[in-house]
Amino acid sequence: MQARLILEDGSVWHGEGFGANGTHVGEVVFNTSLTGYQEILTDPSYAGQIVVMTAPQIGNTGVNEDDDESRKAFLSGFVVRDLSPTVSNWRACDSLHNYLQQQHITGISDIDTRALTRRLRDGGSLKGVICTDETLSDNEVIQQARNWPGLDGVDLVQTVTCDEAYHWTESTPDDWEFAPIHNNGEFRVVAYDFGIKRNILRRLTSYGCNVTVVPASTTAAEVMAMQPDGVFLSNGPGDPAAVPYAVDAVKSLLGQVPIFGICLGHQILGQALGANTYRLKFGHHGGNQPVKYLPEDRVEISAHNHNFAVDPDTLPANVEVTHINLNDNCCEGLRVKDMPAFSIQYHPEAAPGPHDADPLFAAFIRLMEARK
Amino acid sequence: MPRRTDINTIMIIGAGPIVIGQAAEFDYSGTQAVKALKAEGYRVVLVNSNPATIMTDPELADATYIEPLTVDILEKIIAQERPDALLPTVGGQTALNMGVALAENGILDQYGVELIGARLEAMQLAEDRKLFQEAMRKVGLEVPQGSMVGSLEEAKVVAAEIGRFPILIRPSFTLGGSGGAIAYNEDDFEEKVIFGLKESPVHTVLIEESVLGWKEFELEVMRDAVDNFVVVCTIENLDPMGIHTGDSITVAPAMTLTDREYQHLRDQARIVMKAVGVETGGSNVQFAVNPDDGRVLVIEMNPRVSRSSALASKATGFPIAKLAALVSVGYRLDELQNDITRTTVAAFEPSIDYVVTKLPRWAFEKFPGVDPELGPQMKSVGEAMAIGRTFKESLLKGLQSLELNRAPYPNHEDSVWDGKLDSLALPRSERIWAVWEALRAGIDTSTIAEMTGIDRWFLSQLEQIVHFEQELMGCAGEDTIPPALLRKAKRCGFGDAHIAYLTDSDEMTVRQQRNRASVMPTFHVVDTCAAEFESYTPYLYSSYESETEALPTDDEKVVILGGGPNRIGQGIEFDYCCVHAVMKLREMGYEAVMVNCNPETVSTDYDISDRLYFEPLTLEHVLNIVQREQPLKGVVVQFGGQTPLNLVKGLNEAGIPILGTSPDAIDLVEDRGRFGSLLAELDITAPEGGIAYSLGEAKKVARLVEYPVVVRPSYVLGGRAMAIVYSEPQLEHYMAEALKAAPNQAILIDHYLEDAYEADVDAVSDGQTVVVGGIMQHIEEAGVHSGDSACVLPPYKISAYHLGIIRDYTERLARALNVRGLMNVQYAIKDDVVYVLEVNPRASRTVPFVSKATGVPLAKIATEVMVGRKLADIGLTEDPRVDGFFVKEAVLPFKKFLGADALLGPEMRSTGEVMGHAARFGHAFVKAQMAAGDRLPTDGTVFMSLNDFDKSAGLRLARDLHRLGFQIVATRGTASFFVRAGLPVTPINKVSEGSPHAVDYIKEGKIQLIINTPLGPISRDDGGSIRSTAVRYGVPLLTTLSAAQAAVNGIKILREQQLKVRSLQEHYSRVR
Repeated sequence: MQARLILEDGSVWHGEGFGANGTHVGEVVFNTSLTGYQEILTDPSYAGQIVVMTAPQIGNTGVNEDDDESRKAFLSGFVVRDLSPTVSNWRACDSLHNYLQQQHITGISDIDTRALTRRLRDGGSLKGVICTDETLSDNEVIQQARNWPGLDGVDLVQTVTCDEAYHWTESTPDDWEFAPIHNNGEFRVVAYDFGIKRNILRRLTSYGCNVTVVPASTTAAEVMAMQPDGVFLSNGPGDPAAVPYAVDAVKSLLGQVPIFGICLGHQILGQALGANTYRLKFGHHGGNQPVKYLPEDRVEISAHNHNFAVDPDTLPANVEVTHINLNDNCCEGLRVKDMPAFSIQYHPEAAPGPHDADPLFAAFIRLMEARK
Repeated sequence: MPRRTDINTIMIIGAGPIVIGQAAEFDYSGTQAVKALKAEGYRVVLVNSNPATIMTDPELADATYIEPLTVDILEKIIAQERPDALLPTVGGQTALNMGVALAENGILDQYGVELIGARLEAMQLAEDRKLFQEAMRKVGLEVPQGSMVGSLEEAKVVAAEIGRFPILIRPSFTLGGSGGAIAYNEDDFEEKVIFGLKESPVHTVLIEESVLGWKEFELEVMRDAVDNFVVVCTIENLDPMGIHTGDSITVAPAMTLTDREYQHLRDQARIVMKAVGVETGGSNVQFAVNPDDGRVLVIEMNPRVSRSSALASKATGFPIAKLAALVSVGYRLDELQNDITRTTVAAFEPSIDYVVTKLPRWAFEKFPGVDPELGPQMKSVGEAMAIGRTFKESLLKGLQSLELNRAPYPNHEDSVWDGKLDSLALPRSERIWAVWEALRAGIDTSTIAEMTGIDRWFLSQLEQIVHFEQELMGCAGEDTIPPALLRKAKRCGFGDAHIAYLTDSDEMTVRQQRNRASVMPTFHVVDTCAAEFESYTPYLYSSYESETEALPTDDEKVVILGGGPNRIGQGIEFDYCCVHAVMKLREMGYEAVMVNCNPETVSTDYDISDRLYFEPLTLEHVLNIVQREQPLKGVVVQFGGQTPLNLVKGLNEAGIPILGTSPDAIDLVEDRGRFGSLLAELDITAPEGGIAYSLGEAKKVARLVEYPVVVRPSYVLGGRAMAIVYSEPQLEHYMAEALKAAPNQAILIDHYLEDAYEADVDAVSDGQTVVVGGIMQHIEEAGVHSGDSACVLPPYKISAYHLGIIRDYTERLARALNVRGLMNVQYAIKDDVVYVLEVNPRASRTVPFVSKATGVPLAKIATEVMVGRKLADIGLTEDPRVDGFFVKEAVLPFKKFLGADALLGPEMRSTGEVMGHAARFGHAFVKAQMAAGDRLPTDGTVFMSLNDFDKSAGLRLARDLHRLGFQIVATRGTASFFVRAGLPVTPINKVSEGSPHAVDYIKEGKIQLIINTPLGPISRDDGGSIRSTAVRYGVPLLTTLSAAQAAVNGIKILREQQLKVRSLQEHYSRVR
């Protein structure tokens, strides 16, 4: 099946379609992770985006039942260099092609993903359309890309968050546990679902948290009524400026209860503290980013997925930047000095990515312990 | 934390000679380490016995010792140089073992030398399998069942505990898995355990549950002193567990792991680093993964820079050795820059958007009688690496890079598969083609996966290639291949020749079609980051994508063609010359463009040349490069051995300028007729000879020139299929072999000057002035390949008269051939006549040796000449003087190739070389022997078996040995000769005469030195079992009388006097 990826700059990329047929518009971003396409596909933070994998061989391990990061794939399209004709892994239960078909996601292979990545790197993220419909002319599709308003200011969280609160009980399975964890009792944690990844919930549970996941629009009062030991702010898609309701909730929660935010949750905390967020040229998407933890002067190799960042110059004096990215020095983590709240821009839960930042979950536990 | 200031002088130990399992990659890593530490202002003392290395160039370290790597010698150097620290982790297992020995013997403490890069405990732990397994179990990691034993009895107990065969036997402290084996039953088990115990320097072996058929992964990791940890590269072996990773096709990044599984390995690798106690530096951790349930076992770890870290560095652009050196002196990874992007730090994990495939290259054809089955002991002698955007492309490019004596794809002539499924299960060097043929025959991937243990994913990729071949075959007979199909084929990695084969066309026609259809290669940058950041280092590979990166500059360029994968006869020496050419050209202001596909080399380090193409050295790929790298001054073909010379014709036809000696002169010396006329014209003597294209002709020539004769095909290197032939039936046998090695080529037949002695000359010429860099006298007699012969510079036994003739002939030849650059001439002297045996108008294997001995960088000077300078302008018009004696000794791989006859002959079989230097010949010879690992005995029993010609000269030797206190035993003929002369000697049986015979004596450790000089075909075969036993049991073996004389001389020295050490720098300063 012929397919095209067409960008707003007018470039047309021909390839082979796989997964579902269709025509989908999205923001084109590249991800440099060498492994973990299944987790990437099911990370709700990619809602509205067409993801280009720079690793050339994709689909080799198929998909399996354990590695989904949410209930479905939310992204708008998937671009690869070479799609595996077969599946080889003892955990695999289906092929990537079948999986994307079931998820109604359109994929395209045989694309020069390196050239595409270089274009995105130099020109910044671009709007694009992935299209298997041969009746549409290139120009029609280009117009579609150009007419699309994009993700800035759009509240994508509402499309991925849960409908109602639920309890999460599953921890990381013993076979896969990697950190020596000493449980010091149980902590009631309310986790805001802005597009939460399951591995965050598993890690919280492994560290001894009793987690209640709540929809993004839950108010601070509703949260406090649950008498939590801590509140967790999850990752999620899109522009942090588009979720003022979440920012408001966090503003009220600040100081009342220990808070830990990840990714979009970090940006929301930043905004609640009065800082601005801004769009990065092409974002960080990958599993090899060096982040320095400034208080201990130590480097973590970490998993990233963000297009926006908190502007450290706009942070109030009571907030300290704790983590910076060594590639571009952007703010990757902050801590409120006089309140029990901290957040990081990247993904300690990894999935996919290295586990170097996992001790941050322990830091959250310590924060809750101190208040108990 | 900046660099440490409490240490000033750092000693680095190199890896010694090239052997199987420890090759040129350690010159690459050592060179990086020396450069990095010097740049930081440290005083660097380097020790390595291998002169054919860049690291031993005197400009690199502050003090360079080309001395044997033994504890005694190293102690002398330490006493002389008083280093503050020793870095033992960049010189392979040899350096690590030396570091351990120096520490354990208290020498480091005595002189206050600190080990950096790895602590003693870490090195001991990683190397002692029992300690390692205990340490792993303690931190909760699984290792294969089994344990370390010191005797056969203990081994049997462990085997009973494991309870099933196959069982793996692995000796401790050996490199390249030497002595390792898999036992399939009890008898097998006993034999292999006994051998393994012998092989291990500490006489222990690991008896272990075999994980044959599991998936194998390697993680290359780095750590700094504050526990910053990165995985540089993950490598997946296409061949399953059970085949040494050095003999496996390996692929980066890993292809068949999900993220969850990969991170699991990454976490474990980090735990392993901590548990072993590697505080700083690079390490390599190997895992076995059960393909059925994902169970992970830790197999081993190397707390040092390894072969795979060299591969990982080339595969990712991340310079592991350089960074390992820097973190060992206190830097943190985040304080160091990523050289490739320049804007990011070294504390990151490379992401790659291409696939790298490494393929081993074997030399079984040189060792008849050796079991070609692959197992836990490494047998390959070299490797090629290829970069492609997909696995298919990198595999196909890699196969082209191997430059084998067969097509890189299956075809009728080179068919290797017998059509039986069972044979696919045999792990052989040619299995990749057998599998390919089976797929073509329609065998499904699941069946093949079951037979071979190769993961289905790799097989499905190969199957895609096969389907695509069928598509292309549909175009056979058509005038043109549709451009879209052509593009698809090229994008998949198909070579033009492969397409031509499938479509019934020829390579150049396909190339023209491609050009017309604008199906042109694109070039991409190895950038460590999958294009996330801009990169500045032009380290390039080709593909067929939509855009080219890194356009050529406007500067004038010289392209240097490298030597490709190492093989016997073409190795590190040629890479040394290429690197020198690059350095000189850059210095002269040219843009130096390097092309090579050997990941083990210094030439493929990204900061050596101005531009590096990691590409196959085939005409197709080289033309793609030279046609793009304009303006082009020309191509250097003299330095990469035979590989670039094979391309000269094609480059010439394409109008590409060849620098230096003309292609016609290169052709002339290989053309027997033209060369014969030239010699006649110059009035230079050569052995009677002729040329034959068939057996009939060969018989005629041989009768004419008289037996014995030397037969060899023209245009081969390292004496492939070269042999001494004594009779017509033998000639028939050898002709068949020779024609196989070089089909359709001329076979040269010369009278063999038995009992002559040989000399090798390396000269440089600008067409007018000829400078003889050195005349090396072979210590073995003529007939032993020059690469296998020990030689000495200056000659110690050639008369001034003969030296004059040699010099004169060399000059005449260079002028007549209008040599511009290097020339190597081989001479034989017999009965007062000087014969020319061979002329090669190119760099020879001995160029680095001569350069080190004389201090004159011949390859650099030749490079200047090639781009037009005159020797007079360079200031070199007189032959360099040599102070003292320099002995080069060959290092042979017989230990790895049990079953091969260990006799030296006209076919080269050594893998590497060492150099010994001293004021006197005997001292230099002893040092060379020590460096080559043959420790001459100072007492004990000598076994002698001499041919009739050698008996009278041998008597003198026997007398000397007797006077030195040695017992003499000899075979009957030799013994009775000695007895008649009144020498006490004990006769012993030949093997054919029954036990107790010579072989029994050797096995029982009753013999410390063997002098065995066979002559003629019968005794040469006869001595085979003696020689192979000597090799197996590590008893020094001398097969020529001249070598024996030198050895006896050396033994005297060993007993009389202590050896002295002197750095090259000091040596040169005294000479000048």
